[in-house]
Amino acid sequence: MKNNYDILVIGGGPAGALAAKTAAKAGNSVCLIEKRPAIGTPVRCAEGIGKELLKEYIKPDPRWISADIESARIIAPNGTAIRLDQDRAGSEVGYVLDRKVFDRELVWQAAEAGADVIVKTRATAPIMENGAVRGAKVLSAGTPADIRAEVVIAADGTEAQFARRAGLDTTVPLREMMSCAQYLMADIDIDAGSTDFYLGNEIAPEGYLWVFPKGDRTANVGIGITGRKSRDGSRAKDYLDRFVAKSFPDGKTIEAIAGGVPVCRPLACTVGDGLLVAGDAARVVDPITGGGIGNAMYTGRLAAQVASKCIEAGNCSKESLMPYDTEWRASRMGTILERNYKVKEYFITLDDTKLNTLADSIASISFSEFSVAALIRELIKRNPKMLLELKALKDTLA
Amino acid sequence: MSTMLRINRDKCGYCGTCVAVCPEDALELIDAYLSLERECIACGICARACPLGALEVVHEE
Repeated sequence: MKNNYDILVIGGGPAGALAAKTAAKAGNSVCLIEKRPAIGTPVRCAEGIGKELLKEYIKPDPRWISADIESARIIAPNGTAIRLDQDRAGSEVGYVLDRKVFDRELVWQAAEAGADVIVKTRATAPIMENGAVRGAKVLSAGTPADIRAEVVIAADGTEAQFARRAGLDTTVPLREMMSCAQYLMADIDIDAGSTDFYLGNEIAPEGYLWVFPKGDRTANVGIGITGRKSRDGSRAKDYLDRFVAKSFPDGKTIEAIAGGVPVCRPLACTVGDGLLVAGDAARVVDPITGGGIGNAMYTGRLAAQVASKCIEAGNCSKESLMPYDTEWRASRMGTILERNYKVKEYFITLDDTKLNTLADSIASISFSEFSVAALIRELIKRNPKMLLELKALKDTLA
Repeated sequence: MSTMLRINRDKCGYCGTCVAVCPEDALELIDAYLSLERECIACGICARACPLGALEVVHEE
């Protein structure tokens, strides 16, 4: 095993893959390590992504697109459905991916660009010198080794242990960790062109339950609830089992997975001396949708761009790497993350009666825009009696 | 009497949710199994967050 690189990337998901590909294309020697024995599996994702966002990073390919989504429905506790259609909105909705194939494609592209890829290799600790990250101590299929690098890009997902061990606080508060379970179900009656989001404190407290089509009569049926609502007898799996028993009693589950989605604010700082943190590890998941693939690809790519410049300039200090942190915070992604965090904090306070009132108020509307902002604008316009209460929501648009 | 964390590996989905909420960095998701690698304070936060109910703080005489 070679043990000295310009850039070491930890984690073979979308953030790590884009980081490795970008860094290798810029002429750096790059190593990507993945602790699992295979890229892309096991999946820990509902697999939805917006079309426009995806296309910024990769050309859509039917080999890893499971379903083309034309509409979305938000279903209130009383069954009222808010419907958003591609045709009426004039903007594209999204895809449901096949992450097993998608992630492999992204890592394959990184490898093609010249990055080394090593699987079944886990970073156990950063190599620290004078407070700076200088690589990682790894266990590669049980064999200890040191991999040294000018910059480490930590893209190790929800666990985010590398940055934590380098001194950043990545611990997610229980109330901001979505505890999730999902079944890939077959032989069920669904609308194959619509992603459905079910809201309500009985169905998914402080979260939502989703049905994301994976093709005709098959879908990811999953749920996320906050950690504080999770306890014996009312865990994510319990809520999911109850929904499935009621809605898809004859469906067959061909895959059962679990996962944690951080919906806290991003890390207070995503750089250190010789260190950049990207993707879920940086906590850049959208707090409303729980979507993280696009933000992972964006931050992974940006991290590699900034790292490349710093390596060329011969200075990989925290100060020198800081433009990464500054740029993503000022970006469209950074703005949306902050707004949606506030929107999430408001929505989790709503009981089912209020959720129903709000849903009823906008159920008949043809949305001309497919976004959280458009939904909020209509909610404020249609609920003058709740103006005081909705002020928190209104302020998020300012 | 001592308290300790018990991992039910038959229930565990190897998802890492517990790892991210652990205030002590005591848990480690290694490939397809979860391991208690460092000092656990038996706070029970991981047991709350687990989507599948695979973790339990037990009290032993």
